[in-house]
Amino acid sequence: MNTALDDLVRDARILLCCGSGGVGKTTTAAVLAMHAARQGRRAVVVTIDPAKRLADALGLGTGGLANEPTRVDVDAPGELWAMMLDTRTTFDAIVGRYSATPEQATAITGNRFYRNIAGALSGTQEYMAAEKLYELHHDSRFDLVVVDTPPTRNALDFLNAPARLTQFLDHRVYRALTMPSKLGFKVLGTATQLVLRPIAKVIGGEVVTDVMGFFQAFDGMEAGFRDRAQTVIGLLRDAETHYVLVASPRRDALAEAGFFAGKLFEAGLPVSAVIVNRLHPLFGAVEAGAADHQPPGGDAAANLRELRQVATQERAALASLFAQIGDACRAEVPLLAGDVHDLAGLAEIEGHLFASSADRG
Amino acid sequence: MNPLHFFAASRLLIVAGKGGVGKTTVTAVLARAAADSGLRVLVIDVEGKAGLPHMLGGSPDDVFEYEPRVLIEGAGPDGRGSIAGRVVSPGEALREYLAVHGFRRLSGRLASGGVLDVVSTAAPGIEDILVLGKVKQIEQVGGYDLLLLDAPAAGHAVSFLQAAAGLLDSVRVGPLQTQAREVAELLADPARCQVILVTLPEPTPVNELVETSYALEDRVGVALGPVVVNGIYPPRTFPARLTGDLRAAAEFRRARVDAQAAQIDQLAERLALPQLRLPFVFTAGLSPADIVDLAAAMAVQIAGLT
Repeated sequence: MNTALDDLVRDARILLCCGSGGVGKTTTAAVLAMHAARQGRRAVVVTIDPAKRLADALGLGTGGLANEPTRVDVDAPGELWAMMLDTRTTFDAIVGRYSATPEQATAITGNRFYRNIAGALSGTQEYMAAEKLYELHHDSRFDLVVVDTPPTRNALDFLNAPARLTQFLDHRVYRALTMPSKLGFKVLGTATQLVLRPIAKVIGGEVVTDVMGFFQAFDGMEAGFRDRAQTVIGLLRDAETHYVLVASPRRDALAEAGFFAGKLFEAGLPVSAVIVNRLHPLFGAVEAGAADHQPPGGDAAANLRELRQVATQERAALASLFAQIGDACRAEVPLLAGDVHDLAGLAEIEGHLFASSADRG
Repeated sequence: MNPLHFFAASRLLIVAGKGGVGKTTVTAVLARAAADSGLRVLVIDVEGKAGLPHMLGGSPDDVFEYEPRVLIEGAGPDGRGSIAGRVVSPGEALREYLAVHGFRRLSGRLASGGVLDVVSTAAPGIEDILVLGKVKQIEQVGGYDLLLLDAPAAGHAVSFLQAAAGLLDSVRVGPLQTQAREVAELLADPARCQVILVTLPEPTPVNELVETSYALEDRVGVALGPVVVNGIYPPRTFPARLTGDLRAAAEFRRARVDAQAAQIDQLAERLALPQLRLPFVFTAGLSPADIVDLAAAMAVQIAGLT
């Protein structure tokens, strides 16, 4: 039993799973929440763009509620809830909360530039995940929130996203663009003209009108937004929030995980657990001479050599990451034949994850 | 098909696939295979990430920069083959685009932090258009026989390639509109551009590849080249009555090979595109020598295409 990881899941209020794309982050997040439910906790997992089969396994397919947790039917003393993050709906709700009047909210959410911010601005998805995390953390239905983060090259993108969006809304271009509401477009200062004219030439005047419309409608809300972002950032830095690094045992993925861990450490946010997925099993070596007693023919010895080679290399590559993370808990999941397409599949991974060795070598 | 003909069929190959399937590895392998058949190859990276230069013989922490750099020379039967690499990032592409279009004095200011965010949010896809526009310009200037573009990761391939069409809808005038139209023309011309999709022989990557390929054909109209199936365990034969670890290892191998074969069949059934199959290399990280071996395997696969 991996008691360190078991304890972490039992005690944490928030688990943030981070790592690069394709390492099994979403599945890991779901498995951690499922384990918490087995411990008797009421856990909710927030997934971001889950693979279709995993979404189906969690009941987040076509029948699931958009942007609201849905109860998953698991055989456990606690509760497992799951939801898929809808960035746009989450953003709309914040706009609704901080606008002075319903008209202001409608003016903003109907603006094309706003729709682009909600849909395409880098960092918005991360911010909305953090926002959702904050809401669920304060929702009395749940004891534990597990969040799957969008794949980023830098773990800090997630932490920086709220600040980044507020900076975007506070930018000097924004201030330049809000001036027309006071002065009228034709008497803009030279500085504004310098910014607007080339933008209009490059992307067209129609688009600039959208941008101006948005910033005018947004006027007055920036303080509320900034305060909210501060609160959300505060929770990401709270002692109850634990960072779980998910990686695959490939050298490049581990190097990236090491980079993540280093950045989190620099930010004063140590990694609480490292979970390595898809590890090749390490079969024992066949002692010299023993192969002679095996039936002849075929590639049995060559196969064992190949598998031992990759398994040994993976463990060596892992060792350097483990050395870097100090006494954080560690867990490994072997390379399995299929992917997760039902709750039994999740339970199988849970079995491997929490059975794996937790030695802190 | 002769690899030389395969790689000469279109000037630009865009390599796309979701995170973790080995897209960057496949980019390196295709570059190596093309250079080994005697072509001058330029590898274009949009992110400036580590790994790709190393696979092509650079040092482990090497990253490409905006200025092209030659990594391999004297490859191929007559020593004419070469590989150079560079980054085409949105910020640099915007700065250069503005300078060329008469905004040189303002380009630094406009491309500086924050303003690009506002511009690219105002017209989503503008960054992609700038990158693809720059790639199109490199294609037209010539100097290389083949351009290999390592596309942005994850499910972004469709939106990346759809940017031109999207922007044509929202920006109706000006130089950017011209740029978007030219990019759309490039993407629509199979003699100039093809997309190579990469997957692993596993259910989720295969599902996503099938969805992506339909989306690219329907929404972007770009020609799809063969699909690369990466990381296939070569089959092994085993005698009956093995014991101990030999037996456990044989069973593991057999199960993997069977599961992968089922997915490869699935893919063939669902998608009428030829497959180029690359073997799994039994290592935790590929070396430049592994890339050379995989390029040779790739050449054999290409030779088998009809």
